[in-house]
Amino acid sequence: MDQNRRAFLKQSTRYVLLTGAATVAWEYIVAGAPEQAPNYRIADHWWGMTIDVDACIGSGNCVRACKEENNVPLEDGYFRTWVERYRVDPADPEHPLVDSPNGGYDGFPQIDNPGGRFKTFFVPKMCNHCADSPCTQVCPVGATFDSPDGVVLVDKERCVGCRYCVQACPYGCRFIDPRTHTADKCTLCYHRITQGLTTACAEVCPTGARKLVDFKDPKDPVHEFLRTHRIHVLKPELATGAKVYYNGLDGAVR
Amino acid sequence: MPGVEGFIYPNEIELQWSVLIVIYPFLTGLVAGAFILASLERVFNVAAVRPTYRLALLTALAFLIVAPLPLQMHLGHPERSFEMMITPHTDSAMAMFGFVYLWYLMGVLVLEIWFDYRLYLVQTWKASTGVRRWFYGALTLWSDDVSPEALRLDDRLGRIITIVGIPSAFLLHGYVGFIFGSVKANPWWSTPLMPVVFLFSAIVSGIAIVMLLYMALSWRRGTRIDMVCLDTIARYLFYAFVIDFSLETLDLIHRIYEAGDSFGALDFMVKTRLFVSHIVVQICLGTIAPILMLAAVQLVRFNDVARRRIYAVAGTLTLIGIFAMRWNVVIGGQLFSKSLLGYTTYKMGFATREGLLPAIVIMLLPFAILAVLLKVLPPWSDKEQLSGHEA
Repeated sequence: MDQNRRAFLKQSTRYVLLTGAATVAWEYIVAGAPEQAPNYRIADHWWGMTIDVDACIGSGNCVRACKEENNVPLEDGYFRTWVERYRVDPADPEHPLVDSPNGGYDGFPQIDNPGGRFKTFFVPKMCNHCADSPCTQVCPVGATFDSPDGVVLVDKERCVGCRYCVQACPYGCRFIDPRTHTADKCTLCYHRITQGLTTACAEVCPTGARKLVDFKDPKDPVHEFLRTHRIHVLKPELATGAKVYYNGLDGAVR
Repeated sequence: MPGVEGFIYPNEIELQWSVLIVIYPFLTGLVAGAFILASLERVFNVAAVRPTYRLALLTALAFLIVAPLPLQMHLGHPERSFEMMITPHTDSAMAMFGFVYLWYLMGVLVLEIWFDYRLYLVQTWKASTGVRRWFYGALTLWSDDVSPEALRLDDRLGRIITIVGIPSAFLLHGYVGFIFGSVKANPWWSTPLMPVVFLFSAIVSGIAIVMLLYMALSWRRGTRIDMVCLDTIARYLFYAFVIDFSLETLDLIHRIYEAGDSFGALDFMVKTRLFVSHIVVQICLGTIAPILMLAAVQLVRFNDVARRRIYAVAGTLTLIGIFAMRWNVVIGGQLFSKSLLGYTTYKMGFATREGLLPAIVIMLLPFAILAVLLKVLPPWSDKEQLSGHEA
């Protein structure tokens, strides 16, 4: 009797607070499997990101929002996303001066650019959710895996903490969470995007430099964007199938 | 940031693989090398090295038992490591570890030692009483057939296992090299030469440690050192070393000559952060010096005492050099940023889980295990170390 009353109250509260579709999805979301909810079809998506280097102003909003949203350790050295500042001497593009104080979490201190000699710009970095990800390849237990909708994820329950994936990622996107001793990285806010939201970093970007994109969605502006801009990925020579596309990426960026 | 020069990715502050991961390839290298020395006698009929045959096998076993320890100490979740055996991810080079390891331990080393010692085990079982009798009985699996027929079968099986064992030893250590060599993100590691270089450096270090152990144990037991045996081992050490050094030099020259994208970073490393451990310790002290010493013995006639001293020094330098090589690969490969724009340093703790203290303990442990093995399965008999199988 007690159980029935509790179940009834729970169910009716949900109906009062949530819309119909959300009510159906709620069970799955609470269970941590939103992709199985009837309103999210995993086969309909192929996620990625576009980053417009020209638009980034180095506010650090994305870094702060990411740490907040995903409960990333606040210390330096643990970032799911970070921002780098480049100063390139046109006479010596091979040796750019790069800094990323605390990953850009606190924004960037003013620096001198005597006579405007240097070309300066910001480059947000994150997991590239590679289609042929080296990190997924090397995981000995398959704790790092590719979701069918194109996101590289880590199962913290399976990870043995061998750190091979950290070695294998050419972009420095992975770290070992000191609290769980397991590998951690950007999930492309999987818990959000499977509910129709954008990622935390894209949500807070003041200039719209970062955009979550769905390559399988014919109406997504990404197709137009890729057609009309000069696009580059990081370290293309490593053939990782990176799905974070940069607009206006300078050749000096590593 | 202290210890950091230039720019490194923010997630690169912490070095991922510590001194324990340096020890692991060093230990497996000794295993593979010692086994290959043992198989020289068994398969290639190099009768001169017979006195060290059993010692080499026991050395390999002692080091192999310890080999997984540094890995377990290093894992974030050692309790989950068995998942690699039950549900391995077949794309991963590392997922093979458990299978390669267990195959080599049970399928090769333990079996070969068992067949080789069966006669001794049965004799000891029959001749002893009490706990000792039960213990040796258990070791024979309570099978006491030592008819000439059975002994012939033991010998034949032992030979077959050795023949299977040689490629297995190559697999064991070549595979460790592959784990590093296949990481395309790391230009210091990523080379197809890595497994081959690992293998030959393994052979070198394994031969060196058996040579040193043979000398040390003979000295301790007050027995005469068989100089023909020692000279032969030293000659093989010299051959293996020349091949190993050629391969490593080829790798280095290739990098320097090709001067690819990563060369600037690596060049800087070898000239600064790795100068002492790479140029001084690994190449000059740990490779060129012992090679010259061993070459001198081939060319000039020294008396027995002088040769023994040269071998002792050369063998010790060899082990230091190969350890430095493992260090330079594992730690050296992590000192530069994947952005190739900066460098970091490795700060080793002392009494931490992956610090110097556990490293020292793990390095000493095989010797303790070997001491026990030598008690249980003495590799020598009073008749100047007859081997269990027929000549």
